[in-house]
Amino acid sequence: MKTNGPKPASPGSLLPKCPTGIQGLDEITSGGLPRGRPTLVCGGAGCGKTLLAAEFLVRGAVQFGEPGVFMAFEETEAELKANVASLGFDLAGLVRRKKIVLDYVHIEPGEVQESGEYDLEGLFVRLNHAIDSIGARRVVLDTLEALFAGLRNEAILRAELRRLFRWLKAKGVTALITAERGRDQLTRHGLEEYVSDCVILLDHRVCEQIATRNLRVVKYRGAMHGTNEFPFLIGDQGISVLPITSLGLNHKVSSERIATGIPRLDAMLGGRGFFRGSSILLTGTPGTGKTIIAANFAQAAGRRGERTIFFSFEESPNQIIRNMHSIGMRLEPLVKRDLLRFHAARPSLYGLEMHLATMFKEIAAFQPHVVIVDPITSLMNAGTDSEGKGMVTRLIDYLKGGQVTSLFTSLTQGGHSLQQSEMAISSLMDSWLLLKDFEGNGERNRVLYVLKARGMAHSNQIREFLISNRGIDLVDAYIGPSGVLTGASRVAQAAREKAEALASQQEAARRKRELERKRATLERQIGGLRSEHEASDEELRRIDEQVGTQTRLLTTERTELGRLRQADVSVAPSARGKPKPKKGKG
Amino acid sequence: MKTKTVKRRASGSHLRPAKLWQLRLFVTGQTPKSLTAFSNLKKICESQLKGIYRITVIDLLKHPQLAKGDQILAVPTVVRKLPEPVRTIIGNLSNTDCVLVGLDLRPAD
Repeated sequence: MKTNGPKPASPGSLLPKCPTGIQGLDEITSGGLPRGRPTLVCGGAGCGKTLLAAEFLVRGAVQFGEPGVFMAFEETEAELKANVASLGFDLAGLVRRKKIVLDYVHIEPGEVQESGEYDLEGLFVRLNHAIDSIGARRVVLDTLEALFAGLRNEAILRAELRRLFRWLKAKGVTALITAERGRDQLTRHGLEEYVSDCVILLDHRVCEQIATRNLRVVKYRGAMHGTNEFPFLIGDQGISVLPITSLGLNHKVSSERIATGIPRLDAMLGGRGFFRGSSILLTGTPGTGKTIIAANFAQAAGRRGERTIFFSFEESPNQIIRNMHSIGMRLEPLVKRDLLRFHAARPSLYGLEMHLATMFKEIAAFQPHVVIVDPITSLMNAGTDSEGKGMVTRLIDYLKGGQVTSLFTSLTQGGHSLQQSEMAISSLMDSWLLLKDFEGNGERNRVLYVLKARGMAHSNQIREFLISNRGIDLVDAYIGPSGVLTGASRVAQAAREKAEALASQQEAARRKRELERKRATLERQIGGLRSEHEASDEELRRIDEQVGTQTRLLTTERTELGRLRQADVSVAPSARGKPKPKKGKG
Repeated sequence: MKTKTVKRRASGSHLRPAKLWQLRLFVTGQTPKSLTAFSNLKKICESQLKGIYRITVIDLLKHPQLAKGDQILAVPTVVRKLPEPVRTIIGNLSNTDCVLVGLDLRPAD
């Protein structure tokens, strides 16, 4: 295989590359180590130099069909086989199949007597023999500096090392030389002087009692490379470098929505919950119910028959299950049906890199639909801010790539500005829910609101978040002239309003009754007036009749009088007496 | 393989009992260093181990696989296989004192 490897070199670069097969390293170096040239890997004790070298050889032999020679100056063949076996590399098998040659060079300081001039031709012969015996294309020398301890004549040694590197180049093998980190220079014995093509620095740093490994390409002659320091992990799949800057943003997106398990919350999110495969941040001060919402989310996923993995960094699984009983939620059936799996670990158990590696492993094994990290903040405290952000980025990208919905709870301390303290990760999140305490009137009440929800209509209102033994519920908070009222004040306000409404209702009824009474009175008066009116009419009619009668009588009387005056006088009293009683009757 | 065996009766060795000394000299071809080393070694053996030594010269260019067994890095290298323990001296053996110390023929100062 004399090709440039499966990954072509970056455009414009004519330097042939030799892919390492190590996750992330090929991305940083845009294709691998310089082919046919020596590369120096330096670092302190226990930072993974030997492992990197071994993986370079094993992957070369397994993935790229390039046999390799491992010349070890510090570990015996048996030790080496055992050490890399823990990473899943079958070095012994590769040696049997003649893909890799292991050569242990034993140098005991002080055991060798020196007398006169010598050279290291013996080493060259051994290396040459090993390379030719399997047609090796890759060579590892781990750690050449052991020679400095074994041989006293440094002048000869340096001259021979210079010759060795020239010889390796001439041989056309891609060599990887490891060296101890020096105090003032890259390597203790200044090997970087001889290897000038590519230098990789490994670092194992302890920050606040937690160790993190870092890798940096110090130098890469003739090629573009990432110059940042990248954290790397040593997991059971070997080394994995985390090139944060090279992560792509090209994952598939889903427009499917998934319910949160809280109907009112779904309603706040445009009625249908979160997008599948989105990342959700749940921020809150202590005791605001973050874990409860997370558990609800897990339960909702379980009801849909989806798997959830719950990474807990503060509570043990049993504690979470027990605590959820208090709100009437039973998670055991989900655990039993293997729809919910817990993974609990203390953040300080190991460094961020190990946590990430473990999480990746668990996720890969369980293939969940939903991943919950509770809380992400205590995990981020295991490293620096930028490491934490890098880790979350990596995790989110990994999950999004697999369309896995992720929910991260984040604990904020009271007093801090929420927005500020979450700067580091909030920009990576698609949705952000905020849980908050409202203090007042001698009580604390929880409220929830949606700070952001990318790509969906969402409510801008504050909801009061109630936790009872029947689960959780969201209710409208009372918003009045004196601000947002929650809890007892909200209830009191509601009662007050109810009382006021009742009072005004009663008042209206009273006024109505009064008016009706008044109206009845008026009607009665109208009736009286009308009968009076009728009576007057009657009288008027009578008067009219009386007047008519009298007129008639007078006329008659006059006629009679006239007639009587002509005739008899005795008729007159009877004619006069007749109309008089008639008048008295009317 | 350039092998030269010299076997004589012991005489004049006051440090070591009369017992066979087995020495291996590793070289890479007939370089000046190799030749010097061989003649120096032979001279020392003649004076100190007369008759009880055997020198085997191994050319690593012809037998590269033999380098691994005796942990050879530098050439020339003399390995004292017998008597035990194994002793190793590197260089062209120009410093006789160092060789004598290395072969345990003289205690180190």
